[in-house]
Amino acid sequence: MDDAQWLSLLVSTFRVSAPLVFCALAGLLSERAGVIDLGLEGKMLLSAFAAGAAGAFTGSLTAALGAALLVGFALSMLHGFACVTHRGDQVVLGIALTMTAAGLSVVLAVAWFGQGGQTPPLPNTLRFLPLWFGQNFLVYLALGLVPVIWFFLFRTTIGLRLRATGENPAMVEAAGLSVTLLRYGALAINGLLCGLAGSYLVLAQGANFSPHMTAGRGYMALAAMIFGKWHPVGALGACLLFGFLDAAAIRLQGVSVSLPGLADPLSVVEIPVQAIQALPYLMTVILLAGFVGHARAPAALGIPK
Amino acid sequence: MELGLMPLVNLALALAVCSAVLAVVGLPPQQVFTMLLKGAFGSAAGWSYTLFYATTFVFTGLAVAVAFHGGLFNVGGEGQAMIGGLGCALIALSVGEQLATDLAAIVVLPMMVVAAMLGGALWAAVPAVLLAWRGSHLVITTIMFNFVASSLVAGLLVGPLKAPGSMMVETVAFPLSARMPGMHQMLQRFGVDWPRTPLNLTLLIALAAAIAVGLYLTRSRLGYELRTVGFSSDAARYAGIQPDRHRVMSLLIAGALAGLVGINELAGAQHRLLLDFVLGAGFTGIAVSLIGRNHPLGIVLASILFGGLYQGGAELAFELPGFSRDMVTTLQGLIVLFSGAMAMVSAPLLGWILNRVGSRDG
Repeated sequence: MDDAQWLSLLVSTFRVSAPLVFCALAGLLSERAGVIDLGLEGKMLLSAFAAGAAGAFTGSLTAALGAALLVGFALSMLHGFACVTHRGDQVVLGIALTMTAAGLSVVLAVAWFGQGGQTPPLPNTLRFLPLWFGQNFLVYLALGLVPVIWFFLFRTTIGLRLRATGENPAMVEAAGLSVTLLRYGALAINGLLCGLAGSYLVLAQGANFSPHMTAGRGYMALAAMIFGKWHPVGALGACLLFGFLDAAAIRLQGVSVSLPGLADPLSVVEIPVQAIQALPYLMTVILLAGFVGHARAPAALGIPK
Repeated sequence: MELGLMPLVNLALALAVCSAVLAVVGLPPQQVFTMLLKGAFGSAAGWSYTLFYATTFVFTGLAVAVAFHGGLFNVGGEGQAMIGGLGCALIALSVGEQLATDLAAIVVLPMMVVAAMLGGALWAAVPAVLLAWRGSHLVITTIMFNFVASSLVAGLLVGPLKAPGSMMVETVAFPLSARMPGMHQMLQRFGVDWPRTPLNLTLLIALAAAIAVGLYLTRSRLGYELRTVGFSSDAARYAGIQPDRHRVMSLLIAGALAGLVGINELAGAQHRLLLDFVLGAGFTGIAVSLIGRNHPLGIVLASILFGGLYQGGAELAFELPGFSRDMVTTLQGLIVLFSGAMAMVSAPLLGWILNRVGSRDG
C-alpha cells in the first residue's frame, strides 16, 4: 500500500469508529455506576430511526438531532425505571429494549414511509458533512468526549461518587448520597450518548434509516469497553482497533491472497465477502476471550442496591 | 393462581402498548387483533400453520429455558438454529442423495436429526467453553455468533453449496428420502382430511423434546444439579457440584434443541437450505420461555400463542396495507420487557389488586 491508501484507511478508521466510541462511553458511564447496559444496540437503533424520521418530516437538522437525543434519553429512563427503581434483571432488560426497538422502528417506518422499513434519504443540508481531514463534526465530538468523560469520572467529586456507586453502593448510601439519583444521572448521559451514536449513523455516515442498521455495533461497543477495562482511553483504543479492522476488511473485498506452499492453481484464493463481514464479530469474541489478560468489572455491576 | 395469572397480565400489558402503537400509526387495534386471531385460529389451515410455527418455537423456547435453569441467558438460538439447519442440509445433500429411495427416509431422517442437534450444540460450544474458561460475556459472544453463523451460511450458499444454474441463494432441493412427511400425508393414511400446509411430523419431535427436557430438569440428578447451579453457584460448589461443567452441558443441550429448528423448517417445509430460514425464531424463544415461565408445559402453550401471532401477522401483512410483521417482533420485545425485566413492577401491582379483590369477597 502507498501513502495515499494508508491515509484513506486512517480516515475511514475514524469514520467507522465514531458510533462505537459514543456507545462505548455510554456503556462505560452506566456500568461504572453499576448498571449493565446490553440495550446500547436498541437505544442506538431507535435513536437512528428517530433522527431519520424527524429529519424527513421536519426538514430540520436540529429536530432530527433533538429527536434522536430524546429517544435515547427516554429509553435510558425506562432502563432506570425497570432496573434502578424496580430492580429488574438488567441483562434481560437490555435484550428486551433491543428487540422492541428492532420491531418498533420497522413498524413505524413501514406505516409512515412505506419504503420497506427505510426512511427517505435526507438532503445534505440535513447532514453533518466532512469538515477537516474528511471527518465531520460528530467524529470530533466523539474524540473530544473521551478526555471530558475521563476528567468527569476521575477528577471530579460527582465522578468519584459515580464510581463508588458501581463499587459499593451501600457505602454511598451511608455517606448520605442517593444511589438511585446517581444511577439515573449516569443513565441520562448514557441515553444522550446513544442518541448521538444513532444520529451519527443517519446524519453523518449514511443518509437514511434502514432496518437493523446498527448490525450488532452496540454489543461491539460494549465488548470494546470491557476490552478497554472500563476506562475511557482504553475503550477508545479498542473502538479504534475495531474501526481499523472494519475499514481494513472492507478493503480486502475482492482481493486475492496467495497461499504459500500450495500448487499453482490453488495458491491464489479470493477472500469471500462473507468472511470479511464476519471478521468484526469474530474479533469481538476473540477480544472478549481476554487474550490480553483479565479485566475487573465494577464490583457492584448488575447488583441492584 | 398467581402462577398462571402473571403471564396473562404481562401479555395484556404488552398487547396494550401494541394497541397504542397501532393507534399511533392509524390502524384500528380491535380490527387488527380480530383479524389476527381469525388468521391464526379461524380455520383448519390457520391452525395448521400456527402449529407449524409453534413447533419451531418449542425448540427455541426450550433452548432458552434449559440455559435459564443454569442461570445463563442464551441469546444465541438464532445462530444455533442456523448451523443446525446447515448440519441437516449437509446430510440431506450427501447421504440422502445416495439413498434416494422411499424406504431410505427411515435411515436418512434420523441422521439429519442427529446432525442438526450436533450443529446447534457445536455452535453453542464455543461461547460455552469461553464462558467457563475465560469468563467471557455469554450474551455478547452468543449474539456475535449469530452474526457469524449468518455470514457462514451465506458464504456457503453463494459458494460451494449453491444450486448450479439457479439465481436463488439456496441449495438444490433435498431428495425425497430427506423430507419429513407432512401432517396432511400422515392424517390421510388414517382417513382424516387435513389441509396441505408445512406442518409436519417434527411436531412430534418437539413434544418429545419438551417431555425430555421436563424429565431432565425435574426428574434427573443432572437436572437437579443444574438448577442448583442456577439457584446458587456457591451452594452448588459447596455441595460438590462443578458449576462450569453443568453450565457448558446446559448450553450444549440448548444448542442441540435450537438446532432442531432446521428439521422443522428445512426437512419439513422448505426442502432445501436457504438464507434466513430462522427468521428471528431464536429471539422469539426468549419471549416464549419467559411467558412459559421456563417450564416445558408453559413453553408448549406459549409456543402455540406465538405460532398464532406469527401466522396471524403473516396473513395481516398481506391484507392490511401499512401493517408490518415486525409488529410481532415489537410485541415479543414488550413481552420480554414486562415479564422478564419489569416482573418486579407488575407482580406487586397484581398482588395489590388481588388483595383488594380478595378482601372485598371476604
